[in-house]
Amino acid sequence: MEVTASLAAEHLADAAVVIALTTSRRHPLVIIDHQGRLTRSTVAGAVEAVPGLSEALQGFPPVPSRWIVPASAPGWLIPEDFGEVGSLVITPLPGHGVPAGALVLLRRTQQAAFNEAEEAFAGLFAARAGAAMSAARLYAEQSTIVDVLMQDLLPPDVRNVQGVEFAGGYRPSVDTDRIGGDFYDVHPPAEDNPETLAVLGDVCGKGLQAAVLTGKIRNTLRALLPMADDHGRLLRLLNGALLSRSRAKFATLVLASVRRADRDVVIRLTCAGHPPPLIVRRDGTVEEADTAGSLIGVLPRITSRGTSVRLAPGDTCLMFTDGVTEARSGPLGDTEYGEQRLRRALTRCGGMPADAIVEHVQMLIAEWVGDGTHDDIAVLAITAPRGTHLSAVDGTTRGRYTA
Amino acid sequence: MTTDRICRHGAELARSSEGTRAGTSVIDTTTATEWVDKLWASVRAVDEYSALDVVANALDAGLDAEAVLLDVIGAVQDKVGTEWAANRLSVADEHAATAINDRVIAALPVKRPATVQGRITVACVNNEWHALPARLLAETLRLRGWQVAYLGAQVPTSHLVSHLHRAGPAVVCLSSSLPTRLPAAHAAITACQATGTPVMVGGRAFGTDGRYARLLGADAWAPEARCAADTLAAGPLPAPRAAPRAAHQAVDDLPHLADQEYTLVTRSARHLVREVFQRLEQQLPAMAGYSEEQRERTAEDLAHIVDFLTTALYVDDADLFTDFLTWTAQILTSRGVPARSLLPGLDLLAEQLRDFPRTRRLITAGRTALTGRP
Repeated sequence: MEVTASLAAEHLADAAVVIALTTSRRHPLVIIDHQGRLTRSTVAGAVEAVPGLSEALQGFPPVPSRWIVPASAPGWLIPEDFGEVGSLVITPLPGHGVPAGALVLLRRTQQAAFNEAEEAFAGLFAARAGAAMSAARLYAEQSTIVDVLMQDLLPPDVRNVQGVEFAGGYRPSVDTDRIGGDFYDVHPPAEDNPETLAVLGDVCGKGLQAAVLTGKIRNTLRALLPMADDHGRLLRLLNGALLSRSRAKFATLVLASVRRADRDVVIRLTCAGHPPPLIVRRDGTVEEADTAGSLIGVLPRITSRGTSVRLAPGDTCLMFTDGVTEARSGPLGDTEYGEQRLRRALTRCGGMPADAIVEHVQMLIAEWVGDGTHDDIAVLAITAPRGTHLSAVDGTTRGRYTA
Repeated sequence: MTTDRICRHGAELARSSEGTRAGTSVIDTTTATEWVDKLWASVRAVDEYSALDVVANALDAGLDAEAVLLDVIGAVQDKVGTEWAANRLSVADEHAATAINDRVIAALPVKRPATVQGRITVACVNNEWHALPARLLAETLRLRGWQVAYLGAQVPTSHLVSHLHRAGPAVVCLSSSLPTRLPAAHAAITACQATGTPVMVGGRAFGTDGRYARLLGADAWAPEARCAADTLAAGPLPAPRAAPRAAHQAVDDLPHLADQEYTLVTRSARHLVREVFQRLEQQLPAMAGYSEEQRERTAEDLAHIVDFLTTALYVDDADLFTDFLTWTAQILTSRGVPARSLLPGLDLLAEQLRDFPRTRRLITAGRTALTGRP
């Protein structure tokens, strides 16, 4: 709008007004006055009051540019301190199929009126400008729709729950996407389940379609939260739900039920076809959690074996998807990052806060991958905080956990 | 097209010991230093709560929020960088320290001034991980009354552009610390300007004098957060002119790219590293005794050298390459590795790239810079 108005004011007239057509009742309006100053506002009066304007805005019936008697133009259409209007022409801005708005050109009395060639040029200009404006509007409308639909699929903001640190990081395989086939969630305790349930998983495939499946799994899991005391049962129910719903779609995931035990944190972990989480002790020792199980969504009957892990202050349980270990590249361009490298990197992360570990791992992988391609990458860390402030332990003190 | 708004704030501060000036806050570095030491101790101990206490006490003692942000937290973050370079801090330590600083910033009380300024977007360029400088700027601008959209680290340019279309900020501030992100920064700058949004850039990547900011066509450059805030407060940046820019291609800023050397060397970068690494193994018998990790470090070092070499090709500035090499030499020296160990790698690179005159000149310049060192 601004560009259309300023180009028009510069090359076609002393001042230009662009009125855009939107779904809202009050049409936005941009005025460039005779000194090149820009004002944005909305249409202040009835469009119908201006002869030819409402037709131009509707784009139907098709109307040519229309001269109107300057005196019949309402005040809101004329820039401040413009002086006497010599001539005024209203041109429709046709868009792609739908009208984009109208362009009003104004010249002062001392200037010559528009001649035929100028009018034809103005018409051409309006055609181009209208197409650009309507493309911009369509783009804006679509991106709003995408945003609304995407909202539920984006990785959640993970924060500390009941004095346990949670931190998550996610990077989709395609940089232009914001969503993909990996997911994580942290469900704080509720009436039916005293523990926090953290989930991290990976569905087959990439991109938007995979993201839609993650959305289904996340919703199903949310509904199954009251069953979180029995991981085996929860996984069986989820498996059933996925089996009946989709063909050739499967997922792997890790469940972690987290609760505090004094200053320690106790986690019940169950893997379903997923790489087992790594436990990083405060002194830098790295252990693999002893849990395994079948993947979800393929077999009618699944088995799983859970484990329980106790984190002392400064210990971290790190859950990750295979995008981390299978990142391929490195300085020589053809090496897989691998679990050994990850373990070695984690030995230097003893005692670090959850978000620092997540950022560290993400950065290592990003550096490893460089400009190369990679799978979706998700990391979720659960850490027993090292801090000594008992006042902050309840997790509600402002500026401590909740800021 | 570009109005060079070089901020003189830093220079003015240096001249007037009082540091008072209309529109800027009072900076009393002597009291800040005391808090810097305290916060540094907490950050090193990875003790979030005592770090939060230090900041709370500093505020209680009368330090204003901007001074706490920039002269205490910012100073501690600078120290993290220098301590790492001196090998007194590991990369993991650096992340731990940064995480604590990040939480401390989140806990700062938000007291917004009554006057509400316009909207500003703050983001790091794609693949830039160092988010804290951008975060400090975002918070400083918030304190000064701007409505800030802070997009964080690693913002792909396509996300940035669709954000600009929707949010329509008055200015977008792009931050980059690593010079190797300059090509990505250039892409981001041109893309933002194409939406009609003026771009202010900052961060170490753009050079201490902002020379790469000018080269890449940014509308403004600021060496640090306070200066950026002052520049923005001084008045709106002129919008990049849409009409003339339509015919403007990114390559017009950098005519030297026409020789394709950047494109060709970048394309073969991985291959180049592999080749040089293998030859290095043949040349240096000592490498046979390297552990897997040491070999990987060596390969990484080579990859870094190639990255900086291609960036220097992109901006056509030998200083970018020689500065990196002398800096690496310092880092190596502080880790007990003689800086001369870089030379065989450079020579092998030069041999591989003998068909590229501009590249060869850069390597020669780098070699000269290194041979002056122990």
